[in-house]
Amino acid sequence: MRGGSIELVGVRKTFGPKVVLDHIDLKVEPGESLVVIGGSGTGKSVMLKCVLGILPIDGGTIRLDGVDLAGASRAERTELRNRIGMLFQGGALFDSLPVWRNITFALTRGRATNAKAMHAKAVDLLAKVGLDAPVADLKPSELSGGMQKRVALARAIAAEPEIIFFDEPTTGLDPIRADTINRLIRSLVTDLGVTAVTITHDMASARRIADRVAMLKDGRIHWEGKVADLENSGNDYVDRFVHGRADDGETG
Amino acid sequence: MNALVAFFAHPGRATLAALASIGRVALFTLRALGAAVRPPYYFGRLLEQMLIIGWFSLPVVGLTAVFTGAALAQQIFVGGSRFNAESTVPAVTVIAIVRELGPVLGGLMVAGRVSSAMAAELGTMRVTEQIDALTTLRTDPFQYLIAPRLVAAVLVLPLLVLVSNALGVMGGFLIGTQRLGFNVTSYLATTRQYLEWDDVSSSLVKAAVFGFIIAMMGCYHGFRSMGGAAGVGRSTTNAVVSAFVLILLANLIITVLVFGT
Repeated sequence: MRGGSIELVGVRKTFGPKVVLDHIDLKVEPGESLVVIGGSGTGKSVMLKCVLGILPIDGGTIRLDGVDLAGASRAERTELRNRIGMLFQGGALFDSLPVWRNITFALTRGRATNAKAMHAKAVDLLAKVGLDAPVADLKPSELSGGMQKRVALARAIAAEPEIIFFDEPTTGLDPIRADTINRLIRSLVTDLGVTAVTITHDMASARRIADRVAMLKDGRIHWEGKVADLENSGNDYVDRFVHGRADDGETG
Repeated sequence: MNALVAFFAHPGRATLAALASIGRVALFTLRALGAAVRPPYYFGRLLEQMLIIGWFSLPVVGLTAVFTGAALAQQIFVGGSRFNAESTVPAVTVIAIVRELGPVLGGLMVAGRVSSAMAAELGTMRVTEQIDALTTLRTDPFQYLIAPRLVAAVLVLPLLVLVSNALGVMGGFLIGTQRLGFNVTSYLATTRQYLEWDDVSSSLVKAAVFGFIIAMMGCYHGFRSMGGAAGVGRSTTNAVVSAFVLILLANLIITVLVFGT
């Protein structure tokens, strides 16, 4: 498998008078793992949804593997989208379907076809995210928040996408489970060559997952560099963010 | 001058907002129709929706029809007695039920039950990002969520209204023969004599149009939900109110077109 490239050039997104993304320039190489960090409400999830085409952009260009999304035909957009997987922040599991049908949804396009093989596939994927086989037959409402997150992760990787977006993959997980997920994401990148873009506030997760880190602030890429440079970024805001340190003006 | 501008600004803004809403509904409708005719088709989900919209609405639609037919017959009898027209009860009941009350009351009852449920379900899916997730799972939300509901409602409403019409006429028959002294054979004969094909066909056309309206309003408002639980609540209310108003408007238009000359 080979991951695809992602390129954002001058991307702008507004909601009414509020400018959320203000001329974002960002490039992710094939097979690279980029972690995007930034304060709450800085537009990280919005940026992912723009790349996925869920939200329209107000300016700029988004290219997936060199193809401009805005200029692509419907068939091209569908083809590109089929190469992408996404883990949503809240899991976004379908309440009405059992776990195994949630996980295999992209493979069956929501149909109850090939049930035996799909159930077996779901059980395999559940094992990868540290969940037991009986979970496959439960409904999402019967799972804890952390279990839902892991099921959503299994769903995101089920169709073996070339590009995967992870929105807060370890939020709500205990440190051991979080490490399982971090290892899984890292192995997708290292072993399978998947391109990964991860949004997280969990700096331990960022250090384990990332090849590069980008900091989003005030609608722009405030800092960008290798994960090894994160501790010595030379940027006061990044330094405070990484070490969870508020300045005097923010305390109170 | 400023006061004059302010005076016209409010209705102007309201007009622009209304036009924008009409445009959004029109675009949504076109996209839904496109999704309904373009493969892949979700027959399983279509059957599921037909069951939810049709079968589970039968009790409320049936009871409404029986009670309304019975009350209508009683009123026609009392009103008709003022000018010695009591004998018109079977004829007027069947015409009023089949042309108007069967489809309209059936449509309104289904709108109350189904539009709200669609808006609440899709609204919850929207605010929990389940609709966005569909897009990332190689599935068009319009084909998976909207098209089955739309097609099911258009197919099922005429069947529901047929049942509603039959039960409404039966309600009038029961009151007429058990309480108002009509002869069973003559009541049925008069009912058959005055019921015309145009009455039935217009009733079915109305039902199909109402089914379209019910599904579109439920899906449109649910799909556009935002703002958490409160937003879903607003969408549900808007779906029911807009479906009610559009059903009554469509009924008027179809009635004038079919029976206006």
